[in-house]
Amino acid sequence: MKSDSNLEKVLAAGHFAVTGELGPPRGANLQAIKDKAAHLKGMVDAVNVTDNQTAVVRMASWAVSLVLREMGMEPNYQMVCRDRNRLAMQSDILGAAALGINTMLCLSGDHPSFGDHPQAANVHDIDSIQQLQMVTTMRDQGRFMGGAEIDTPPRMFVGAAANPFGDPFELRVLRLGKKVAAGADFIQTQCIYNMERFAEYMRQAVDMGLTEKTKLLAGVTPLKSAGMARYMAKKVPGMDVPDEVVKRIADQPKEKQAEEGIKLLCEQIEQLREMPGVAGIHLMAIEWEHRVPEIVERAGLLPRPQV
Amino acid sequence: MITAERKPMEEIFHSVEPYGKILLVGCNECVTVCHAGGRKEVAMLASALRMGRLKQGAPLTVDEMTLERQCDPEYAEELALVVDQYDAVCSMACGCGVQTVAERYQGLPVLPMVNTEFMGSSEKNGVWAERCAGCGNCVLGLTGGICPIARCSKRIFNGPCGGSSKGKCEISPDVDCAWQLIWDRLKQLGQTELYSQIMAPKDWRSARDGGPRRIVREDMAI
Repeated sequence: MKSDSNLEKVLAAGHFAVTGELGPPRGANLQAIKDKAAHLKGMVDAVNVTDNQTAVVRMASWAVSLVLREMGMEPNYQMVCRDRNRLAMQSDILGAAALGINTMLCLSGDHPSFGDHPQAANVHDIDSIQQLQMVTTMRDQGRFMGGAEIDTPPRMFVGAAANPFGDPFELRVLRLGKKVAAGADFIQTQCIYNMERFAEYMRQAVDMGLTEKTKLLAGVTPLKSAGMARYMAKKVPGMDVPDEVVKRIADQPKEKQAEEGIKLLCEQIEQLREMPGVAGIHLMAIEWEHRVPEIVERAGLLPRPQV
Repeated sequence: MITAERKPMEEIFHSVEPYGKILLVGCNECVTVCHAGGRKEVAMLASALRMGRLKQGAPLTVDEMTLERQCDPEYAEELALVVDQYDAVCSMACGCGVQTVAERYQGLPVLPMVNTEFMGSSEKNGVWAERCAGCGNCVLGLTGGICPIARCSKRIFNGPCGGSSKGKCEISPDVDCAWQLIWDRLKQLGQTELYSQIMAPKDWRSARDGGPRRIVREDMAI
């Protein structure tokens, strides 16, 4: 084992993994974290803790990760390249590892123009692929990026994100290959709604042998309403929501749309479980943490394995 | 070239408020090409300042001059004969020109009249776009002649990020995705194998992060 990560153990044992997500609060509100996290406890194998997602300031992802750790959960500590240079990243990784964070995710980060501090400088000292190399070098060779030896290397199970639906499509699997070559132990994808296109992506990934070298978790997000479906389809960069998906939700009366969203999600999970190369799902129930127990139950994903 | 845009008039009026007689100095190089601070723009700004101040009841004397190259001390020297007559020099050159003049005439306020923007080229009449970030270690040979540092919003070396959509960047439909352009060109050149190699982290010492930069050419020293 490369780490003490629960996610690593679940995947290594061949279980179909389930990860969840928790957005830190916009304030120093410890209780808010605990309330959200309580819904996820025992329901998922690891919880992604987002790092100033959509470039909006929130509590530090390492701090929230520690709260989850103390609650006996496995945080997946997200770190974006937008806000930190290589010095800050490496020192944060050491601190996180020392305090029991075993899993992390390397990301570019949304551009500051989307967020609440569009005036901010954009760091991007290294990119997310170089960041993956940095973490695996720290862990496996016990060396900092600058070359110096690390006294006690951080034992991180390290992942990356992939968007199967960004353009150009032909580059998507090639870029996934670069992330695998950079040492990604696992991959979590952007939310999938276009199952056909995702299946094609997976065929290519499997053909290239990538799913033998990394564990790929397919990203899913329940659609809570027709409004949300339309928003995802039109406003979120790099998202592919087919018209028939939007229609399926919108055809329901308002009070039944959330239920239809969960039904659709369960069908998707069913399909994903059968899809070659898919090692699990990453369930991003955005501000819907309280529905996660019901969703994983109905999708037949409980109980979560004890490894 | 270095591109620039004239500052907003309100800011300009505010900055010249304390003065009664100024020398407005243009530059015949980049800022002339991008229509920000050449002879023509000097004349236009000079008239606007004179009229505006007249309206305010505080007339301003504005004399005009345009140097061949304001960032060159040799040409900045041309101001020496007249500069004593003025309360301030207002420069319409890029930041390099402003500083060259300020360095030469230490006792005189030298005010910028333009905002220096970026190193770019002209896409079409009236449109300039950023092309070079001056990072000090050119990678264009590996990226199909399109710079990921200057042209990717996240200066990603191993792009594109997940926000690339239909050839455009996530920040705006008006911004091309640099990595889409890079990929298209690599395909055209038959160099797609370059994409599969991971580009190493940048040594930013060659860029601004290594501190202010200088080029010293011993062979040119007189």
